[in-house]
Parts: sequence; C-alpha cells; structure tokens
Amino acid sequence: MSYELGGWSEPTLEENLIRQGFDRRDFLKYCGELAAVFTVGGAVLGSATPAAAAPVTAAKVAEELGALKKPVVVWLQLQECTGCMESALRSGGTTIEEAVLSLLSVEYNELVMQASGEALNKALDDANAQPHILVVNGSVPTKDGGIYCTINGESAETILKKSAANASAILAVGACAEWGSVQASNPNPTGAVGVDSIIRDKPVVNVSGCPPIGDVITATIAYVLTHGSLPSLDAQGRPLFAYDQRIHDSCPRRAHFDAGQFVRTFDDDGARNGWCLYEVGCKGPSTFSACPIIQWNQHTSWPIGAGHPCIGCTEKNFFDNFTPFYQTLPNVSGFGIEANAEKVGWGLVGATAAAVGIHAGITAAKHSASRKAAEGNEPLQAFGDSERVWLPTPKKADAPEATATPEAPQADAGTTDSKDAE
Amino acid sequence: MAKQVVVDPISRIEGHLRIELETEGTSITKAWSESTQFRGIEEIVTGRDPRDAWAFTQRICGVCTSVHAIASIVAVENALGFNPPTQAKAIRDIVLTAQEVQDHVIHFYHLHALDWVNVPDAMNADPAKTAAFAKSIGSTWKGNTVERFTEVKATVKQIVESGQLSVFTGGYWGHPAYKLPPEANLMAVAHYLDALEFQRSMIRIVTVFGGKNPHPNFLVGGMACSIDPNKSETVNQVQLDDIAGWIAESKEFVESCYLPDALAIMTVYKEYFNIGAAQPNFLAVGMSGATYGGDPNVGLNTSPHAAVKPGVILNMDLDNVQPFDPKLITEWTSSAWYEYTEGDVGLPPAQGETTVKYTGPAVPYKWLADHPQYTWCKAPRYDGKVMQVGPVARVLLAYARGHERTKELVGIAAKQIGITPAQMNSTGGRTLARCVECVTSVESLQGIFNTFVDGLKKGDLDVFDSTKWEPSTWPKEAEGYSFVEVARGNLSHWVKVSDGKISHYQAVVPTTWLAGGRDKDGNQGPYEESLAGNGKHPLVDPAQPLEVLRTIHSFDPCMSCAVHLLDTEGQELQVVVQ
Repeated sequence: MSYELGGWSEPTLEENLIRQGFDRRDFLKYCGELAAVFTVGGAVLGSATPAAAAPVTAAKVAEELGALKKPVVVWLQLQECTGCMESALRSGGTTIEEAVLSLLSVEYNELVMQASGEALNKALDDANAQPHILVVNGSVPTKDGGIYCTINGESAETILKKSAANASAILAVGACAEWGSVQASNPNPTGAVGVDSIIRDKPVVNVSGCPPIGDVITATIAYVLTHGSLPSLDAQGRPLFAYDQRIHDSCPRRAHFDAGQFVRTFDDDGARNGWCLYEVGCKGPSTFSACPIIQWNQHTSWPIGAGHPCIGCTEKNFFDNFTPFYQTLPNVSGFGIEANAEKVGWGLVGATAAAVGIHAGITAAKHSASRKAAEGNEPLQAFGDSERVWLPTPKKADAPEATATPEAPQADAGTTDSKDAE
Repeated sequence: MAKQVVVDPISRIEGHLRIELETEGTSITKAWSESTQFRGIEEIVTGRDPRDAWAFTQRICGVCTSVHAIASIVAVENALGFNPPTQAKAIRDIVLTAQEVQDHVIHFYHLHALDWVNVPDAMNADPAKTAAFAKSIGSTWKGNTVERFTEVKATVKQIVESGQLSVFTGGYWGHPAYKLPPEANLMAVAHYLDALEFQRSMIRIVTVFGGKNPHPNFLVGGMACSIDPNKSETVNQVQLDDIAGWIAESKEFVESCYLPDALAIMTVYKEYFNIGAAQPNFLAVGMSGATYGGDPNVGLNTSPHAAVKPGVILNMDLDNVQPFDPKLITEWTSSAWYEYTEGDVGLPPAQGETTVKYTGPAVPYKWLADHPQYTWCKAPRYDGKVMQVGPVARVLLAYARGHERTKELVGIAAKQIGITPAQMNSTGGRTLARCVECVTSVESLQGIFNTFVDGLKKGDLDVFDSTKWEPSTWPKEAEGYSFVEVARGNLSHWVKVSDGKISHYQAVVPTTWLAGGRDKDGNQGPYEESLAGNGKHPLVDPAQPLEVLRTIHSFDPCMSCAVHLLDTEGQELQVVVQ
C-alpha cells in the first residue's frame, strides 16, 4: 500500500496555486472573497461562532490558508447509527486510509480519533476556526430543546451550526444527514431533520443512501479536492456522478421487466432465473442511484443482484413513502412497458418524484447559478481543472420546519424551477 | 477533595457516550455512564408490516449491522409461525459469524488499539528490528516485512512532521501509561492499516447474500438470495469459491495477526487484568452466533455452537453454571429519563413500557450526575442482578461448560500473560476474551460454510418458506421473541402482532445491559462499576483520561443500540426506549 497525494502535489495550498500559474495577487483576491463569505456566515449564525468573534480579513485568511498543507476536515456524527462511517471504511476506490492519511487532515471525528473529551473538543474548536470541509453523518433532533442528541453538553444543532460557520464545503452523508431517515419517519418522535434544514446559507451536497456506497462517499470528497469545486447536483442536492440514473434504467434485470417476466414469490423459478423484482415490491423504478453500476463492497454484488427488491434508500422519506416494502408500486393496467412503470413511480412518490422527474432542468439551473456565484475564484482550479464551484453559495430554503436561523423568505426550489421541466 | 471530571464525547465507540467521574488524587471514586442520544425507533415501527420491521430495526446500528435485522426476523418468524428452511438459517449463520469476526477485528485495531499503541512513537522504530519483534511474538502475518514497516514508518513520519496529525490530532501521546517499545508501536500501526484492508475484503461474504454492507437485506421466512449451483443468477460456484477464499483470508488474519498482537500487547499491559472489574455475573445463551426463536431452553432455532447451552454465571462460580430463564429479565428506569405507570419497578421486556420523562438540565449543560436521572439508557437486570454480557460472558460460559477449543485458548493466554481465568473479569480480560472468541468464531465459520456447501451439493436449495407470507395466514394476535448472541453480547427482540400490524416492539441490547445506570437499590451498571467499583481505578491526568478509555473500550460500546426502543401498546404517546 502506498499513499499518494492525489491532486495535491505541493506541500501547501499557496505553492499549489503558484505551480498552477496563479500569482500572489490572485491568491489574496481569493482569500478576500473567502473572508467575506466567512464574515457573512458568522453574522448569520450568531455570536457563538469563532468567525464572528474575530473579524476575518483577507490577510488573515491568506496567512492561514497559504500555510495549509492538507484540507482540514471536520467529520461530525450526530443522531445516527455509524453505518455511514462504516461504509466509508469499506470504500474500495479512494480508501479511507488514503483519504484520512494522505488527502485530508481529518481533525475531528468521534469514531476514529484517539483523543476524547476535552482534547477532542479542543480539536473541534481549532478545526472549526479555520476553513474546512464539513462532513456530517446523522440528523438533528429539533424537539424539546435538543435533548435527544447532545455532545459535550451541547445540542446537535449548535454543534452543526458552529462547524458550518467556517466550512468551505458541506457534505451531508447518508439518509439521516440528508432528511433524517429512520428516526424522522412517522411519527418522528424527536423532530429529526437533515443538515440543509438547519444550514441554509451554504450549499449542502447530499450523498444519499442508507448508507451511501462507501466509494461514493470518498469519491465525493475526492471530487471536491481534485476539482476544487462541488460536483454537479440534482434537485435533491445529490451528486450527478452517482445519482443521475434511475436504478430501473440501468438495472441488468430490466429486460425481464420489459418482457413481463416477474418474480412472484421469493425463491420461485423467476427468482432463480434473475427475473424482475417489481411485483415483490422493487422500488427501482422510483429510485435514483448508481447501485447497479458501482455496486457494493468492491463490486461484489448489490441489493437486486442478491435477489432482494430495492427499498429505495437513496430517496427522501423512503421509510414512509416506500413502505410496505414488499407491496408492488401502485398497480396500473398494462404494466410491463416502460411508460407505465414511470407513471407508477411518479404517482407513488408524488411531489418528490415530480421533482426528480424534472431534475435535469433543475440541475441545469442550479448549475448555472453555482457557476455564476463562483466567478472570479480561479485559484481554486489549482485543485484540478474542472468547473469551480467550491465556494459557499446561497442555498434556497426548501424545508421550512425546524430552524431558528433568521432569514428572508425565499422561493421554493421546486416551484421556481418547474418551468424548466421537459 | 473530590474533583469532577467529564469525558464527553468518548471517541472510538459507536454513538454518543458521556462519562462523568469524581476522583480523589489519581483514583476514580464515582462514575456515571450517560447515554446522550435517543431516536425512538420502536415507536416508528409500531403500526407497520412485521415483514418490514427488520429494515427499521437494522438501522438501530450500522456497526453491528445485520444483527438487529436477523433478531427482528427471528422474533417475527417465532410470532407468526414461519419455518425458514435449513439453508436460509445456514446463510444467516454465515452472515452473523462473518459480521462478528469483522466487528471484533475492527474493534481491536481501530477502536481499541490506540489506547495501548502510541502512534507517533512508531517513527522511532527500526523497521528491521520491528520485523524481528513481530517474529518474536509469534506473528506470522504476511505483512511483517522490513519493506512494509519502512513504508509505514515513512507515512507516520510524514504525518507527524507535517504538523497536521489528522485523526491523531489531540492524542494523549505523551501519556506515561503508554508502555510499548517503538517497534511494537510500528508493528501495531502497520497492522492497523492492514486490518482496514482486511475488513473491507472479508465483509464481502455478507454482500454476496445481502447485496450490500452495511445494512444488507434480509427476508422474513428465509433469505431473498436464491442458491443453485447450475444457474448464473443465483449464488453459485463462483460466489462459493470467493467466499471460501475470504474465509481462508479471515482465518489467516485472525490467527497470524490479531491473536499474537492481542496476546503480546495485553502481556505488556498485564496490570489491566487487575483493573476494571465489573460485577462478576455473566449471561449468555451460547457462543457467538447462537440464535433462538422463543425460549432458548425449549427450541434451538439455529446455532453453530449448539454444544454450549444457555447459562448464567454468578459470583464468578465457574463450577456451578445456573440455568438461564428468560422470564427473569427486567428493566429499570431509576436512572433514566423515562417513567413507568407503576413507578420505579423492574418490568420484563414483554410488558415493557417507557414514557419519556426528561428531568435533566436544559441544553447546554455542564454536569448531569447531580440529578437522579442522567441517561437515555435503561438498566436491565437478571433476577435483580447486574450482569455482564459479551465476549467475556460467552468465553467464560464456554470455558465453564467445557468447550475444548475455548479452554485451550484461554489456557494458552493465561499461561503467556500470567493470569487466572477469574481475572477475565477486568479491562484486560474483556479485551482478551474478544480475541479468543474471534478465533473460535473464524474457525467455526469454516465449518458452517462447509455444512452449507454440503447441503447445496445434496440439492438442498430451498431458502424461503412462503407458506406464511400472506398476512391472511397469520393469527389475529401473535407474539414472539428471539435471542441472538451478537458481537457485543446477548441481544433479544420482542414483538407483538395484532391484525397484521406490529402492536408492540422491544429490544434488549448488549450495550443496554452494560452501559445502563444505577437501579432502584443504587447498584451501578457494569461501566460504572468497572470504573468506580473499588475506588482504585487509575486516572493520572483528568485532561488525558487514557485509563478510562481503556476500560470503557474493553466493553466495545454501541450506544445507538443501547437506546432506541419504544412501546406504544395501548398508550398513544408512550415512548418506550428499550
């Protein structure tokens, strides 16, 4: 095993930038913009943040960032089951040891760090005080003053806000961080919500799944590092590189669906011949994920490949919208051809699916907005050579519940963008 | 004068655990184990299709992924009268055992090792001497080469000298309680990295059958993965060959790397066999992987270790193992943020209730332990007694029951380290027991797999009992339960089904047994007892609570498992957390 520094060939960020042909002036300009963003973030999020405590200047950012050798990562675990960290440990693409030891400096994470208590909390404060990538596993329970998840006596919501204040990129990894997952399912006893319901002034990348495929988790981080930008996202904030295909459209069993060959009970002849699992409840027609393409655990298998219907774990509210899991997606006459299956899918998941249905249009709109926001940030290209959307850009609110962050009312993303559909 | 110490968060565990302590000088005098996360998954399960419950309860935990799914499925099958085919049960056995082996390896190398291994000190080691050291402790692991140790040393050096320590930031690297020589540290860091690669590879055994990991898919009534040696879309010879290879790799890693590492490291830290004793009572329904639908004394659902019967050890009396009676399990909420309708009593899981009643301070807070209630974790008791569950309970039960391989391994370890079996009730003992169990489990994995393949060869291909699939075949009212010995200890799920829907669900989880707080009589839970039982547990520097981490990690905490439950039987807003 050897550890390569991917897109980071010089010891410090400033040296990487200079190697790429950017002069000191460009760098200071970039830092100035970053400083402005951090200052704004601090003001929005209140006085508890280090950023607000000490005014951030371009010179200060240049000093800190210029000397930065590896991107600092704060990897929070809030209300969750640790399955997402476990999945990251299983990544076979960028392995976790490459990510943690060579690509990044993960300066806060409860699962893997040696320190506990006081020393670990100091590590968090120190990391929060500088520009960092924020990775979040887990949801934020908003009911009853935050009593349902505390760390060091503070609520998950407070911890998330503090860590988001100086974050240059925010990745919500897993269904809990995206929308709350199992604990947010009816009746959601703890008022669990996802990261982008709390953090509304910055873009949040939703790495979806329960858990997401490990390779997708580390690839999203690697994407940010090597491209210097966030990946292109769909309407639910999911990276297109892993969520632009419906499982149904890239499923190796698709031919059996089109031919009307269905598994009718588990372990029947259809099951043994690898026929379509639609009739025993497969949610592939309404689920966007690269599971059939990337597969799981070093391409060993994937859920449908191992004979079980897809439960749709990359889709919002799947524990409510897709249950009972073994019930066929709503029946329509003459199913067996693609057009009907699509209607079935949209009908079931309602607004969510409608948004997904138009996701190409929305994505294009978001993408263009992101590009616009990032103009003038050329130095970030030192990380790579693609589109540059790493800087925080305002995110539209789409979940009105559960946050104390004051902000102006904003148009709902779906409404705004729906005209782009088809 | 007593000093108050807070350790929150405890790192390198699953979930959120806060420990509050009082110390005198360099010793711990009082301890409180405080679980600070609640999700209420059982309330969410109630009212749903019992065939879906496994997917919800599986999300109780992503570290012990699979085990809650299987426990849920066995409980539902027990309630509704499913009879899963032999081969389906064999597949679950394979999954459970593979999961446990992988879990123990991750725990030792990635969650526990940094309590004993000083990472930065590895850069002071000589790679050639490290290879010699590895050989001297009997490690025949193929990664023990001078080239590999040189490479790992360079990695450590680069990280330390960069000033960006990444996951080693803030570590207690100057703590005097680190005692390994630099060569042992370098070897262990190399094995830490090798173990990452190992766990990634061997868990594919589960992926073949469940399609993904973490959170593979299961099925009430059997398994969804068809098996047929003469079809391409089923589990066939291709996957069987892969699995045989992964099992061989697992056996090699556990025997040539994990076992010698654990023995060598625990020999250096021998004093930890006199530190961290909890109550000398142990409960298990068999060896790891033992699975029962309903009363373990009545029927064996499936078990690779049927030879070791359920039992209870009291006061470390290994000569008189007591029979296990599931009816003697009760749970208390004396120190937890719930209230029972009948007040502060112990309730059996089948009648369990838990209404959330938070009496702690508003968030943010500085200190919890001056309130009578201080945790989301209930306190299970067996016949009123505090019990330890987990590898140490199973190893002691197997030892007491005369399981030959366990006796042999415990004997080897006791001789090498210089301890008695009674000293297994300690921080070092729990860590050693986990390794001993991992060896017997990986060996049994080979046997379970062979049995499964033999069945295939004989044409036994059925993996699903469809007779009870339709809800119209179910009784109007049904209840069932399961016991499964999982990585962290004894797990039971309890379910009631009414009119085709779940009407009551509870789980009694290993970490709940261990991490729970005080009961009505003030008896501390095992975590608390291990830290404050005799007033002698060391804590040299409260800012660097390394000794506390050693003892807490020896239990392998899984806090999300510990707190999760909910029961809505007959009461709308009643929140039963386990």
